[in-house]
Amino acid sequence: MRNAFADEITARAKADERIVLLSGDIGNRLFDKFKEACPTRFYNCGVAEANMVGMAAGLAMCGLRPVCYTIAPFLTYRCMEQIRVDLCYHHVPVVLVGTGSGLAYASLGATHHSCEEVGMLRLLPGLNVMAPGDAWEVRGCLSAALADENPTYIRIGKKGEPLVHGSRPEIRLGQALQLSEGREVALLSSGAMLPEVVALGKLLESQGMRPAVYSLPTVKPLDTALLEKVFADFRVIATVEEHSVLGGLGGSIAEWKADRPKMPGRLLRFGTEDVFLHETCEQEEAREHFGLTSQKMAERIAAALR
Amino acid sequence: MSTLPSLAELQGISAELRGQVIKMSHQAGTPHLGSSLSCIDLLTAAYWTALRIDPEKPHDPNRDRFILSKGHAAPALYSVLAKRGFFSPDWLDTFATHGAELAEQPSPNCAPGVELATGSLGHGLPVALGLALAAKIQPRDYRVLVVLSDGECNEGSVWEAALLAPALKLNHLAIMVDFNKWQATGRSEEVTSLTPLRAKWEAFGWHAVEVDGHDLAALTEALREVPHPSGKPLAIIAHTIKGKGVSFMEDDNNWHYRIPKRDEVNKAFAELGLPAPQLAAAKSGSAS
Repeated sequence: MRNAFADEITARAKADERIVLLSGDIGNRLFDKFKEACPTRFYNCGVAEANMVGMAAGLAMCGLRPVCYTIAPFLTYRCMEQIRVDLCYHHVPVVLVGTGSGLAYASLGATHHSCEEVGMLRLLPGLNVMAPGDAWEVRGCLSAALADENPTYIRIGKKGEPLVHGSRPEIRLGQALQLSEGREVALLSSGAMLPEVVALGKLLESQGMRPAVYSLPTVKPLDTALLEKVFADFRVIATVEEHSVLGGLGGSIAEWKADRPKMPGRLLRFGTEDVFLHETCEQEEAREHFGLTSQKMAERIAAALR
Repeated sequence: MSTLPSLAELQGISAELRGQVIKMSHQAGTPHLGSSLSCIDLLTAAYWTALRIDPEKPHDPNRDRFILSKGHAAPALYSVLAKRGFFSPDWLDTFATHGAELAEQPSPNCAPGVELATGSLGHGLPVALGLALAAKIQPRDYRVLVVLSDGECNEGSVWEAALLAPALKLNHLAIMVDFNKWQATGRSEEVTSLTPLRAKWEAFGWHAVEVDGHDLAALTEALREVPHPSGKPLAIIAHTIKGKGVSFMEDDNNWHYRIPKRDEVNKAFAELGLPAPQLAAAKSGSAS
């Protein structure tokens, strides 16, 4: 995903002189092409994320379109007040791109995990929160964010994630992408879980079910038209994300559903638990730990349908 | 302004502004009077001798930018902007009342001339770096001036910005530290090891000078050095007195929160050489 981001931001910046890329001392060599194409519009702001976000606000106030890039937890947890005051309160179109989000950096320990930041950020008035599902969606999310007047946070993975889409999908803020039609079960995927959710869909099919699969590149604003539809038409609606079941996509939908007590569908949330992961492990093992594998998710879904 | 005001004129402006913020504190029942009084001369020198601004064009992309990062001194900024013609002085009488444009600390775009919503400390300088960097990218030749408080220099984000500005060669950026030696609950030097403050900014790569923050001629002189010929951003450490201008408020940190009573306002106006003010009824809850 990060290579797609670097490639897309370079292409965008060549076409739009307002785009300025700020990095928090990360992405060694990743932005060489950007720096070559736009040498006056790349700044390494050092390991000083709060200042970087404040600077981005100042650039945006002068009509520029800054994009801040660094590792997700440092860009979000550390800079919460700068995001709130400098970006949201002033309503400036800054794009924050958090790399290695969720459990992508599982092996680096919980300092580098970000399984709470969507919940934290979506509380901020006027902030879009996006979580692309593959490298194609990264490109689409970046385009949608750069075209919007609100500030936007985009959580991306690291590199080498499998592609799900065959080409670049048209991504609009607050609109889900439908990957397959089905009945009984709707799978709503957020972020880098998308390939696993597609695998989950296939596994359920092999067990005789016909799940509908959706990718939700936007957590906020929620695609409420989709929610109205799936909660009316499906028995089980499962959200899947590399994020706490509190506050993320599943949490957002639980809140939405609480205001609609007559909606028939049952919500199942798959995500990380309300704990720090202390176990030394790789991303795949971390997902396994939290039951974020197609096998384990299929078992819970089958049980819910019984 | 084609010609700069004389020193006597500047002193007259500064005294009037002091009277104005005292009146606002009394009428609205709002704190931070000592903090407003300590930075009045900094703002007077900036707005009447240095900044290239046109009150008729508050959004001119080429205007100099001024940020009051110590947002709790907002009455000082509002009084300056009204006197410089950015908006009607009538607004000052509505300060901090329900529905008024001018809140206790500035909100975004609350009034012409207010560049940033401040109040949470440590935000002004990072944003100012962005404004200054934008001038280099676009390019434009405006300058950016930020007033910080000494207590605000406790914030880590100030020093993050301090480290980066010289590396970006932002010599059209300047700060003035309103070094009044107090923060909310104690002597700033006792709360953190703030001094030597000039040496700190120098060590971070800035051109730093120390001035008497109530010497309008010295402040004017210091501000003439933006953009600084050294290629470095400029830090003006302005030694000030909290509550400056009123004998019974000077260097008394009770006036961080205390609100002047009617007779104290009258006494202060007399000391400042100002005619006795017309005072509206003070807000309930404030001392009258």
